[in-house]
Amino acid sequence: MRAMTYRGPYKVRTEEKDRPKIQHSNDAIVRVTRAAICGSDLHLYHGLMPDTRVGTTFGHEFIGVVEEIGSSVENLSIGDRVMVPFNVYCGSCWFCARGLYSNCHNVNPNATAVGGIYGYSHTAGGYDGGQAEFVRVPFADVGPQLIPEWMDEDDALMCTDALATGYFGAQLGDISEGDTVAVFGAGPVGLFAARSAWLMGAGRVIVIDHLDYRLEKARTFAYAETRNFMHFDDIVVEMKKTTDGLGTDVVIDAVGAEADGNLTQHITGSKLKLQGGSPVALNWAIDSVRKGGTVSVMGAYGPIFSAIKFGDAVNKGLTLRMNQCPVKRQWPRLFEHIRAGHLKPSDIITHRIPLEHISEGYHLFSSKLDDCIKPVIVPSAV
Amino acid sequence: MPYTADQPRPRESADDLRARIPGWGADLDPADRPAVPRERFDPGATGAHWTFPDRQPETQPRERSIEHEELPPVFGDTVHLKGLSGVIRRHAYARYSEARAAHWLLLILGDRVDAIESHLVSFATTRPDEPITQSGVLAELGHRPVGSRLDGRRADLKHMWIDPVIVAGPWLLAGGAVVLAARAVVTRARG
Repeated sequence: MRAMTYRGPYKVRTEEKDRPKIQHSNDAIVRVTRAAICGSDLHLYHGLMPDTRVGTTFGHEFIGVVEEIGSSVENLSIGDRVMVPFNVYCGSCWFCARGLYSNCHNVNPNATAVGGIYGYSHTAGGYDGGQAEFVRVPFADVGPQLIPEWMDEDDALMCTDALATGYFGAQLGDISEGDTVAVFGAGPVGLFAARSAWLMGAGRVIVIDHLDYRLEKARTFAYAETRNFMHFDDIVVEMKKTTDGLGTDVVIDAVGAEADGNLTQHITGSKLKLQGGSPVALNWAIDSVRKGGTVSVMGAYGPIFSAIKFGDAVNKGLTLRMNQCPVKRQWPRLFEHIRAGHLKPSDIITHRIPLEHISEGYHLFSSKLDDCIKPVIVPSAV
Repeated sequence: MPYTADQPRPRESADDLRARIPGWGADLDPADRPAVPRERFDPGATGAHWTFPDRQPETQPRERSIEHEELPPVFGDTVHLKGLSGVIRRHAYARYSEARAAHWLLLILGDRVDAIESHLVSFATTRPDEPITQSGVLAELGHRPVGSRLDGRRADLKHMWIDPVIVAGPWLLAGGAVVLAARAVVTRARG
């Protein structure tokens, strides 16, 4: 089969790989019909995530058709159209039993601090991802779900991570009616988080980024006020000014490890890998939120230390909330929102890229060319 | 504005927001939010029909964090450890917990060694690595390379020059090393 393959930092290609096999009685093999490149895939692409092996196939956002099932699979049949959450999880461990699907303890030998994620390095379990014609899906009775007949396939694809994560991030903000919510980052997760904040009754939503075309999308798609941090000497001062000196009630960090805005932090965190990522957005979040407020962290960071301003968080009495999203837990309610017309997640898709052109897709997305917000990969398997 | 106990006045009323934004307030009640409460004991909700999963066969010795008491029952089985990078990675897993910086720094070192090893191995195949197509730089054509970068004021323009160095630097260094080695061989042959 053809699959996207990592060849080292900033280098990927499409190559022939062995088609995945059933390795466990509850596995399924899914023929991928759509996949996406996530902003967090860029952390792998840039060599930021430890134990990213040459030969790995990325891709934790994908949908497809069940091609083969293991002997114990009860809930899926060959030919089913399925959407697959980015979490690999067993459904039966201490954490899964409590709804913490992203923290499953039975699927990742390489680390206890993170569960299993498709195509996200061996640090996340060593599973190949869905930017390929076929993918192995463990625990087929637990993770995948039939795509509802009424749902558009692109909308289903966005539910597998970006939409679910943005919605989850807004929930972790514990938003009350009338709250002012700041969202750092106008990428897919930030846009969905901003849009979700309104569902929870926010009174103001302010999105901060440095890319004008993404801020334009935040205004039209997420109905948000926007600030380009490049237009301010100090974005934290601006956030205080616009909230009568108090700070916002909630801040959502939807940027993560490759945040811009401070050259030293970016180079040490993102380029030299001396931190678990550039903490610029997270530090701005800590300083922009009001005392007693909540910071929700949806941005992805590496596992090593970062220069976080933890003293400010303590002194301000902040609540810091974070996790990888337990995706499937969000779906029933998200499906209701999509069906009711509250959300049209596929509106953020900007580019469609054949699998054969995967390296161009990564470069386009990484360099933010051509107003790229969300690229979708079409494997066209037969 | 002086600091008082007053709540800042909302810019828009709830009715205005509801009229302007689809679904505004639909999840106002935390009971409608699927992530609330964070932990909800409901083992029957996942679809799992086992108390502990069957074990996936371990076809090759599988490295694992020493914080795990045993190999988890299911795991990714792609891209096995090999070469010098494999030795480094295996040592990182066998010796250091996830709490130790050495664990992660060794794994990052293993990644860099893996990239070099894999590039060298690729030269003995019919499809050697090369940085032009694999870096995707050809996407610059037709995707507004100048306009995309100069529209507005992008913060990443300050460090974008580093990326080509990361991609091309090792190739230039390797090429220089090959030239120097060849020159040394020729010089020695000429006596």
